[in-house]
Amino acid sequence: MPRVFRCNLHMHTCLSPCAELDMYPEALVREALACSLDIIAISDHNASENVRYVQSAARDTPLVIIPGMEVATREEVHVLALFEGLDELASLQEFVYGRLQGVNDEDAFGCQAIVNEQGEVEGFNEHLLIGATDIPLNDVVDTVHSLGGLAIASHIDRPAFGIIGQLGFVPDDIPFDALEISWGLGIARARQRYPELGRFPFITSSDAHYLKDIGKACTRMYLESPSFAEIRLALASRDGRYILE
Amino acid sequence: MMTLETIAEKLSLKCKCCWENLNREVTGGYAGDLLSDVMANSEGGDIWVTRQVHQNIVAVAALKEHAGIIIVQGATPEQDTIDKAQKEGIPILISALPEFEVVGRIHRLLYPEQG
Repeated sequence: MPRVFRCNLHMHTCLSPCAELDMYPEALVREALACSLDIIAISDHNASENVRYVQSAARDTPLVIIPGMEVATREEVHVLALFEGLDELASLQEFVYGRLQGVNDEDAFGCQAIVNEQGEVEGFNEHLLIGATDIPLNDVVDTVHSLGGLAIASHIDRPAFGIIGQLGFVPDDIPFDALEISWGLGIARARQRYPELGRFPFITSSDAHYLKDIGKACTRMYLESPSFAEIRLALASRDGRYILE
Repeated sequence: MMTLETIAEKLSLKCKCCWENLNREVTGGYAGDLLSDVMANSEGGDIWVTRQVHQNIVAVAALKEHAGIIIVQGATPEQDTIDKAQKEGIPILISALPEFEVVGRIHRLLYPEQG
């Protein structure tokens, strides 16, 4: 039965140095369900080790987990990459790690914990995840597309790491599948603020780094079922699927 | 009158395009890597010093009528950035020095009376 699904396609786990340790898979799933979310995407900074554990934690629940990553491009623009499966995500991960310099300093930036569905620490990610890759924005978007994924410009209205803040405006030649608006602004006001971006679908997400923020925003999508393929249709406004603005 | 050519010579900059426009006058300067900030606060005639290499820098420099762009830290602009600059007639100059050094030297050239 087609219906409206509540989607939050951008949130972090305790793997991101700037997220709280309480964002471990099981707690995150519990909170997402408490906030009546149907679909969430896991998108840690330049990393993805916790995605499969969040999927495991959600296995016996109605919550659907979309594999993702938030990539920092050479321009220091943040881009959400979402995929159908873990294999495509792993391919992007390999590309990202090959182009990401530096080692994390826990005291300076925070801890990067890999935590399984039981809440046990599997290890710590050593990469400097707070840093930026040296991959040009266009190449990130092209790579995500070549892997069958969706590329969404993160929080375009935010002064830090949003595409407009970094690059002044959204370049014409980048085929983003959608633009993300911060929950503080919301889609309706973003439509007024950015009339020139009318050709793009807008989504809004919580970009939660803390458990308490998970329910702050979601994008309502009219879908046949809660899946990656259906989200793709909704972003393209095809086959009767769409985003409710 | 301070020209791009003089600045390029004094700072040993490498010119990537639009040599024919190096005789342009530089009336001020702006440093920044956030293009939204540069759009809001820089002025026409400025020499813009940045570490950003994306092709949007050319659009911003053209819009603000900058004299030219200096890319610092030896960073290499993407080819589409150079192509676009060529089309817009915006000289792109490269310095191996960090942004702070480049700005300091240009400031001394532009405002010698301030020491």
